[in-house]
Amino acid sequence: MAAGQQWVLVEMVQAFYEAPAYHLILEGILILWIVRLLFFSKTYKPHETYKLTEKEKEDLIEEWQPEPLVPPVSKDHPSLNYDVVTGPPSHKIIINGKECTNFASFNFLGLLDSDRVKDKALASLKKYGVGTCGPRGFYGTFDVHLELESRLAKFMRTEEAIIYSYGFATIASAIPAYSKRGDIIFVDEAACFSIQKGLQASRSFIKYFKHNDMEDLERLLKEQELEDQKNPRKARVTRKFIVVEGLYINTADVCPLPELVRLKYKYKVRIFLEESMSFGVLGEHGKGVTEHFGVNIDDIDLISANMENAVASIGGFCCGRSFVIDHQRLSGQGYCFSASLPPMLAAAAIEALSIMEEDPEIFSVLKRRCSQVHQALQGIPGLKLVGVPFSPALHLQLERSSGCRSSDLQLLRSIVDHCLDRHVALTVARYLEKEERFVPPPSIRVVVTVEQTDEDIQKAVSCIREAASIFLR
Amino acid sequence: MSKSYTSFSTSPVGKTLIFLSLQNQSSLKTHSKESSSSCLVFVPQSQNAAPNSSLYKKPFSESFEETPLLVAVLTYMGYGILTIFGYFRDFLRHWNIEKCHIAHEREQQKDFVPLYQDFENFYTRNLYMRIRDNWNRPICSVPGAKVDLVERVTHNYNWTFEHTGKVVKDVINMGSYNYLGFAENAGACASAAIETTHAYGVGVASTRCEIGNLDIHEELEQLVARFLGVESSMAFGMGFATNSMNIPALTGKGCLILSDELNHASLVLGARLSGSTIRVFKHNNMQSLEKLLRDAIAHGQPRTHRPWKKILIVVEGIYSMEGSIVRLPEVIALKKRYKAYLYLDEAHSIGALGPNGRGVVDYFGLDPKDVDIMMGTFTKSFGAAGGYIGGRKELIDYLRCHSHSALYATSMSPPVAQQIISSMKIIMGEDGSTLGKDRLRQLSENTTYFRRKLREMGFIIYGNDDSPVVPLMLYMPAKIGAFGREMLKRNIGTVVVGFPATPIIESRARFCVSAAHTREMLDTVSLVNLQTPSSDPLHDGRVMGVRRSRRSVSQLIFYLTDSFMCLHLCV
Repeated sequence: MAAGQQWVLVEMVQAFYEAPAYHLILEGILILWIVRLLFFSKTYKPHETYKLTEKEKEDLIEEWQPEPLVPPVSKDHPSLNYDVVTGPPSHKIIINGKECTNFASFNFLGLLDSDRVKDKALASLKKYGVGTCGPRGFYGTFDVHLELESRLAKFMRTEEAIIYSYGFATIASAIPAYSKRGDIIFVDEAACFSIQKGLQASRSFIKYFKHNDMEDLERLLKEQELEDQKNPRKARVTRKFIVVEGLYINTADVCPLPELVRLKYKYKVRIFLEESMSFGVLGEHGKGVTEHFGVNIDDIDLISANMENAVASIGGFCCGRSFVIDHQRLSGQGYCFSASLPPMLAAAAIEALSIMEEDPEIFSVLKRRCSQVHQALQGIPGLKLVGVPFSPALHLQLERSSGCRSSDLQLLRSIVDHCLDRHVALTVARYLEKEERFVPPPSIRVVVTVEQTDEDIQKAVSCIREAASIFLR
Repeated sequence: MSKSYTSFSTSPVGKTLIFLSLQNQSSLKTHSKESSSSCLVFVPQSQNAAPNSSLYKKPFSESFEETPLLVAVLTYMGYGILTIFGYFRDFLRHWNIEKCHIAHEREQQKDFVPLYQDFENFYTRNLYMRIRDNWNRPICSVPGAKVDLVERVTHNYNWTFEHTGKVVKDVINMGSYNYLGFAENAGACASAAIETTHAYGVGVASTRCEIGNLDIHEELEQLVARFLGVESSMAFGMGFATNSMNIPALTGKGCLILSDELNHASLVLGARLSGSTIRVFKHNNMQSLEKLLRDAIAHGQPRTHRPWKKILIVVEGIYSMEGSIVRLPEVIALKKRYKAYLYLDEAHSIGALGPNGRGVVDYFGLDPKDVDIMMGTFTKSFGAAGGYIGGRKELIDYLRCHSHSALYATSMSPPVAQQIISSMKIIMGEDGSTLGKDRLRQLSENTTYFRRKLREMGFIIYGNDDSPVVPLMLYMPAKIGAFGREMLKRNIGTVVVGFPATPIIESRARFCVSAAHTREMLDTVSLVNLQTPSSDPLHDGRVMGVRRSRRSVSQLIFYLTDSFMCLHLCV
């Protein structure tokens, strides 16, 4: 090899000597020409002529008028004037000065004013103070947090649990911790807002399937499978997730979990399950939708729920296998970068878990109440009940929409007001209409708790009936 | 001393901004002379008097030194060695020569696409894991001036921890953001919170917009507005979410967000979720900001060249990793000149800065109405949790109807709200005592004292002279672990941070000064920093932080030995 190259070099030098002078001159000129073209040419640069002078810039800056920071809000915007609650938002709630029976707070198990919970919270407050003054990484991990995490893991029978200081941030942080740009997430259309924010933060491809429609999901999965076969190299690094809710907050129905698990293994997609509405509600021991269906909890990759509904504290948690959950300790944004949960709130959650463990009867009571309310709310003229009989947060929608969302809302609001006047606290479900991917139809939220008595339910239902007959003729 | 209002502008180059007051100038000049022969020491860039110096009412003194060249080289070498050892150990693990403790994927799901990337794993396995005992240290007391740690041991190099059941008592807490010392379990704040818990319980179980708007929230918001000197305010349950859930309500497509490069993750997330165009300016660099503003307005949106709908400048009051204070007078001047809006995140500065504790606006003696969106958190100075946004009534009214948090997130826990109310009233002096004033004075004295002390000893510290966040530069990866552990051995709890929270060669330790710290505590901390009379032969009588050198040869030897010998902790 080397000898051959050397020979070529010698030959070149020889050729150089032998070449006629004019040839060398010509080549020399050509080389100079190239150098000139490369380094000294004044090529036409169109952007130069477009460059703004300082004066022009000044004028443009002078001219520019920004939009106002926020558009004006009309005085009668439905969400502007909040109802004011005086005192605790427990079973008896004082709204705008009126004592009502609470059919609106997600206090399913009535733990909000449980003395046991309060006592534990107070004991913690007296030991640790209120705030944590730091994120989990920097001296914001209290022994109470570790206890709560292990208790949650034990309660759910998973390997590990991780707590967040804000319910909304839980799933919204968990999704982007795993799913990145280029990954694919299959989501139910009825997914709640915090899931939507998590999807947005992940910057993955989002594929929506029709609410609880497994055929539609399978169609999308099949499409993806074909796509993957075309480009197997890309498929090997594209993570795929299904994100669903246990009990949907927006539709009050339950996801077909066994079917989802079947699809998971068939198409090798991981399942993330949001259980804020079903944790502490469904199942014999309140473990949620996995227990409800008898699905092995290890088949679900990640379960997240907040501790603000049934547990009646603040914050949220994710649980699952250590392999999955541990990853969030370094990549869950809401976990790493936020101050940790105040210890007294963690202590309250621990006590709530103890109550749930000691007395699983509470879940069957809740279930009975739910079906009772579900039954009683059937057949109100003009109103349509949405949700499964065992859901504690139901929706009453208008049977016939007027076609205009705001007037529908107005109508529902007058029903709610009518009930408020008669000491029954209800609320209209609120959504950011412009931000929601699929805005649920306007509805009144009816929340069932274990504290409601037969009379409470009877009274509430008759109030709603009465209001419906007045406003929806 | 000198009463002239001075602020020296940035050198045009990169991150080597040096803001110095007149007093320091002479000392620095001598310094640069000394160091001209040595590459170990940073050389100050030439300084020009800033055209904006008239905006400042007092000297604005802030320093960021360029990483000394040798230190940088050694740091990279340190990472290199760690990486090589990492690969070597991964090799051993692969062949089952070394036991791997990391959690594994389930057998049934082995053929799924891996859940996270391998490199992330590599860093966690081989670098973070070795020194992770420095983070997430569990505590079992009030996070006050002194804190009790749960003692934990590991028998497998940090893969798992066991709690021994013992408690490490009275560790001086330089890690918590307890600026005004309101992390307390007794006293006025705690007893008020106890009463509130009795009355309300801890949960709310609904959103502000639906049925979770308690009277205590309304009271809190009125107080916050009064405290900030703004028309109206709104409180949220989590500081992080205050940013990430409200910025999207304010800007959207066709809007431009100009964000400081060191802004907190929550601001970055909020900006991303908003769907606006995001451009980043150099940290606290007003030339960079002005250039972006001018170009943005002149050129309009990319490709379409339509004018921007609005431009939002997003800055923080105190930057928590740098200890720097935003150059707010200049930002406000720019914002007015270019008709942009200003979003000021006072997570660390509210309560911690200014004669009245009202944050960075108070510190500079400015009008809070010049800041369009005043954001802050209650986690730090107030010893509670959550965040707020303050501003004009129209802004807050709009947020009440459009904030993601108001519509979808559970409202703030009542005892937490009560803690904020009580501590804020104390700061404002509305409790009828001078407790708040005393604490503010104490914090400011402590800050000055501690910073001066460290500087005198020759440590390289970052940030503004008045900032209670004091980063002390360590640079080398091996020092991160060593520093944190050695400090804990001496009963001092500090925060150490490295990549990815800081640039790769700028690992540091961070001290958060609190009003609750006594002079003795601060003395202990700084002295321990200087001399470590330990039985450990490694660090006997050695400086833990990186110091500026006067004698370059000894410094060189010191760097070399220290950085390499620390490595044994890591590889």
